Formats: sequence, structure tokens, C-alpha cells
Amino acid sequence: MCGICGVLNTDGSVADAGLLAKMISRVRHRGPDDCGIYTNGNVGLGHARLSIIDLAGGHQPMESADGDLAITFNGEIFNYIELREELERRGHHFVTTSDTEVILHQYQEDGEECVHRFNGQWAFAISDRRKRKLFLSRDRMGIRPLFYTETNCGFRFASEIKALLAEPSVRAELDLFALDQIFTFWATIPPRTAFKGISQVPPGCSLVVDIYGVRANRYWSLSFPEHRNCDVDERELAGELRELLLDATKIRLRSDVPVGAYLSGGIDSSVTTALAASIAGDRLRSFSISFDDSEYDERRFQQEASEFLRTEHSSFACSSRDIAEAFPDVVWHAEQPILRTAPAPMFLLSQLVGECGFKVVLTGEGADEVLGGYDIFKEAKIRRFWARDLSSRWRPLLLKRLYPYMDGIQRQSAAYLQHFFRVSERDIANPYFSHLPRWELTARIKLLLSNEVRTELRDYSAFDDLARALPADYGSWQPFNQAEFLEASGLLPGYILSSQGDRMAMAHAVEGRFPFLDHRVVDFACKLPPGLKMKGLTEKYLLKRACAGDVPQSILKRTKQPYRAPEGKCFFGKDAPEYVGEALSHGGIQSNGIFDPRAVGVLAEKFRSGRPVSTKDNMALTGVLSTQLLVNQLSGGQLDSCTQWRSDPNFATL
Amino acid sequence: MHTVEIGSELRDFVVTNFLFGKGDDLSDDESLLDNGVIDSTGVLELVSYLQERYDIHIEDDEIVPANLDSIHNLVDFVGRKSVNLG
Repeated sequence: MCGICGVLNTDGSVADAGLLAKMISRVRHRGPDDCGIYTNGNVGLGHARLSIIDLAGGHQPMESADGDLAITFNGEIFNYIELREELERRGHHFVTTSDTEVILHQYQEDGEECVHRFNGQWAFAISDRRKRKLFLSRDRMGIRPLFYTETNCGFRFASEIKALLAEPSVRAELDLFALDQIFTFWATIPPRTAFKGISQVPPGCSLVVDIYGVRANRYWSLSFPEHRNCDVDERELAGELRELLLDATKIRLRSDVPVGAYLSGGIDSSVTTALAASIAGDRLRSFSISFDDSEYDERRFQQEASEFLRTEHSSFACSSRDIAEAFPDVVWHAEQPILRTAPAPMFLLSQLVGECGFKVVLTGEGADEVLGGYDIFKEAKIRRFWARDLSSRWRPLLLKRLYPYMDGIQRQSAAYLQHFFRVSERDIANPYFSHLPRWELTARIKLLLSNEVRTELRDYSAFDDLARALPADYGSWQPFNQAEFLEASGLLPGYILSSQGDRMAMAHAVEGRFPFLDHRVVDFACKLPPGLKMKGLTEKYLLKRACAGDVPQSILKRTKQPYRAPEGKCFFGKDAPEYVGEALSHGGIQSNGIFDPRAVGVLAEKFRSGRPVSTKDNMALTGVLSTQLLVNQLSGGQLDSCTQWRSDPNFATL
Repeated sequence: MHTVEIGSELRDFVVTNFLFGKGDDLSDDESLLDNGVIDSTGVLELVSYLQERYDIHIEDDEIVPANLDSIHNLVDFVGRKSVNLG
């Protein structure tokens, strides 16, 4: 795992090694072990390395033996051993044992189609000297980040936006349309990012860049082909799923440094940890977060899982104060407004993991999205069931089964529950049926925007942009699959894997690996009948059946509790950090011009008074605070303070 | 307390608590649910405010939109409950 960057000049100038050095210095936290720069005419590549595979031979940027190709690569190709054997049979000669070199040879063999052969998580750029082009690619699910921009001089790319800002002409100006999207979907729709003129390579896409411009190509997308017949043998499918997960975990243990595991206390990470423990043989090291507030805490289940799986466990006890104090760093690394504080404990956990000497952790992310775990799927199912007989008195009572971990929902009268989750004929036909309640609730926080911003966004509809981004055959998919698609192509890469995933882990040079996001598992899951993912109202039914013998019964049977952290109240009270008051002050809000100072004042006062606050209030507060911090950081002096590269003794050029 | 005063107080509470103070275009008859003014926690906030501010006890079966779903309904409901108390 690493940080990458690069340039391709189109104005006739040669690549500037000084600029590359400055760019890569801004992502050195991603790769503190080694550093390198490559330039060749108008093309330049930079690399900050976190050494995991082939510790001695994997230096980057790496050139092909004939010097025609050079690569800078962040991530892992987990099937590199099999690919290498195949390539060697075809006459390729390798000088290292790294997966990086396998990418180069596979590209020599298959050109841009090479990505179809890779099983992994990647963001890379290959400079192809003979074809005078750059080829960039990002993994299927969007695990690793890859941003780019075009300036008057040419094309620039990097793992993080702050590296692009090393070039003085590139500015981080908040994109108001992106803000509208985040304040609706919690994420932007790729290639859009939070900043004007700065794009991301969408998950499952490659780019070709030459002097004629930038061309994107989608090489993979989530799709839900006509599912298998419902009379398929469940036991057989469960066995197939377990075999796939076992192999997905096995190749994710390939590493020349020890691999640890996150153990949240839920089924998903218990499964990945159990499978890893069965393969590794040794006692596995596991890590988790615990909270003082019992509403969020899962330590009982973490301990049970750890004892059952015989892992050596460390837990980070996260307080509200920890969250508030870490939040500015969290925003600095996330590089986009966020509506939840949940990334903060992940940021602190990766610090603990790093301090314990671990660079790699397995996690259970992705199971909820592809195997039917979230309550939002259950909610849609109940609402749809109810809509078939709106006069039914007992059907809406099933709504009580939703969100058992949310007190605000559980204490609700049946009459109100029915209103909150109400359905109409018109809603049923809506392509976003499953997600409308969440998105409409979230969009209410746009009330906080200043009049100027609201005027600018008056004719904008994030929903129209989303409609344009949907696959052509989306409308023909089953509703359950549509819901899974919205979750797995939107929130997963746009928030879970980025703001809460890669960026929080890599802030402390820790790489996450995700067996559930192995594309073979994802493709298998997409072909399953929805009834096997959620059977009745049992979530992740097939996974539970497949892995029943691997995890404790108590964890298999427990009520699902998604990972959440204490929210807006963290930022108030006697221990509140000073920056909160400044960022939310009338003057602070007014000077950035994004929010209405009076409305923010009313919101902040509600938190200060200690009165009960709602889900919407928490999103609003976290959204405003993170946006304010982000704008202040990127327009202020913080960027210059992170250029430690000059004193780095590891700095090397090819 | 006069109905007008109660109405003004309740409007103030709704606008401050659920609309970040931006409620100029909220009419007294408007549904708080249909317009997304109130979410699930909001109902609990509202009930707790009514009980404390007007010293009334609200039964579970009274927590229904017919009683609470507009400023108008709220004023009527508080009026009825206060009379019952008196």
C-alpha cells in the first residue's frame, strides 16, 4: 500500500522532478518506508512506499526491462503468484518477486485489457513510452483512491487530492453541486469530487491519457443478471460461498509482513477472522473499538468472538472527547464533507494498529452490501410488502422489526411509524424506492445552506445526476438488487471504503483488505436470488448458513448492529475543543459563505442546551463542521506544514 | 394561556427545533410529516416538550398524527388536554 502521483505534460515541457517530489511528499503518510521519482520527457511518476510484498525488490516507480514501461502502483494484486506462473510459461522473465512487476508484464501481454485478469485492490498508472500515453486504472469496487485534474500544463494524478494541490495553479474550491450530492447521498457521484475541476477515476474504470486528452473506459460494473432458479440447492450454494470466501481470504493473507484482523463483534469480521485463523494456523492478532456509551459499544461480542477464535486481541476504548479531538485530522484525511463521526474511531484504531507494528488488516466490509445485510434493504422489503395491501392492519406492524438499535424508532407509536415509512403507488414505481426515506431526510439539512448557495443550487437536482449514472438495464432489475446496487456503488466507495476506510487506515500507513469484496464473491452474490440473501426478514441468510460452523452461535444469532459512533454531542460540553466554537461561530460561518450563520447558531444552541437531538440534527452538525474545517484547511496554511519530504533520508530518484 | 400565545410558542418551538429557525413559509395547517419537518426522533422531542411546557401527560395512544401533525392540531390538542386537566 502506498501513495502515488504523476504528471503528463501536454504543453511541450518536460516533467518537473521538483513538482513530483512536492506532490509525493503530501502523501508520505501512505508510504513511509521508501520513496521514488521517475521522469522521462513529458511524463513523470512519483511513489511513496509502504513495503508489504517483496520488501527488498519492490522499489517504485518500476521500469520494464526494455525501459518502455514504468509503473507507479498503490494496492495489491492478490492473484499475482498465479498470474506470474502463467506469464513465465509464456516466456516472461521476472527480476523481482513483487506484484508490481506482474502488472507490468500482464500489461505487456494484454495491453489495457490486463485489468480483467487482476484480483485485488489497486490504483496504478503505467507510462507507455512507445505509445506515448499514460494508462491509469482503479479497482472494481473503488477500494483504492485515484484523483486527477487537468491544468494548462497537462494532466496530474495522485492518491489524494492534497498532492494535486502541490501545483500552485490547482485550487481546492468547494464544488457546490458536490456538496448538494453529499448532503443527499452522503457521497458524490463519480467522477465528481468535493472540489471543482478535480475528478476521481470511478471504481471499475480505466483512463487513457495522451496529448489528445483523457478517455475513460469502464471495464467492470456491478450487474445483476437474471438470477438462478429459486429451486437451487441452498446447501450447495452455501458451500460454494464458503469456498469462495475461504480462497478470497487465503490470497488476502499473502504478505511479507504479518496480517492482523479487525474484529467488530458482528458476523462479517468474525467470518473473515475465523477463515484467516483457520488458514494461518498461528494465533491471529485482532483489533477492535469499544465505546463508553452502551448504545454503540459491542465489546461483549468482540470478546466472545476473540475467545472463540483464539485471537490475541487489542481494543481501543474511544471516548467522545477522542472523537472531537481527532475530527480535524479526520477531515484532513477524508478530503470531503462527512455527515457521520464514525470515521474518527477508525482513524484512532489504525493508529493503534500501526503502533502495534501491523501494516495490514483484514476487515469484513462489503458483506452487508453484496449479501443483503442492511436494514435499509429490510425496510424496503417491508414497505413494498405493505404497499401490496395498503389496507392491511398488521403488515405495517412489521416496521417495528426495523432498526432495533435506534431508540428513536423503537419508542415510536405504530401510527407514526406508518407515517414515516408510508408508501404510495407513486413511490413503488420510483427507481430509488429503497433509499428515498434516507435521502429525503438527509436532504433536509440543505436548509442550513446560505441563501446565496441555495440560489445557486435552485435548479440543480442531484437525483437527475444519479439517474444519468445508472446502468442502462437498472430498471429491469429486481427491487432488492436495485437497492443493493445503490448501496454498493454509492455509499460503499463514496464513504465506507474512502472516508471511513482507506483514508482513515492510510493516515497511519495501515492497509485494509476485504475478502467480501473479492470480485468472485461479488459476482457470485449478484447472481443469487434475493430471497437467499434476505430470507423473510433474516439478513445475510446464505452467509449465516455458509459460515454457521465458523463463528460463535451468539454472534450468528445476535441482532444486527451496524458500526456507529457517538455523534454531534461529542463536540459540546466542558471538554469541547476550542476549534468547534471557532468553526461554528457567526464570523467563521459567514466568512466561508456556505452556510446561514443564524441557522447554524440555532442548531449549535440545540446541542449546547443538552436538549434531545435527532438523526437529522447529527448529520447537519457533522456536515457543517466538517465542511467548515475542510474549507479552512485547504484554503489556509495546513498544506505547507505537511511538506516534510526535504529532510527525508529515504528519498531516492531513479 | 391564550390559544394565540400557545400557537405562537408552538410555532417557535417547531421552527427552532426542526427547521434550524428557517420556518417563515411554514403555515399553521401544514403537515409536519408530509413536509419532512419532523423525523422519528422529532416526534419524541415534541411530546417531551408538550409534557414539560404545558404540564400535561400524553398517553401512547394519543401520539398520533391527528393530534400532533400541524401547528393547528397541536394547539387544539394542548387546549383539549389542558381543559381536561382543569
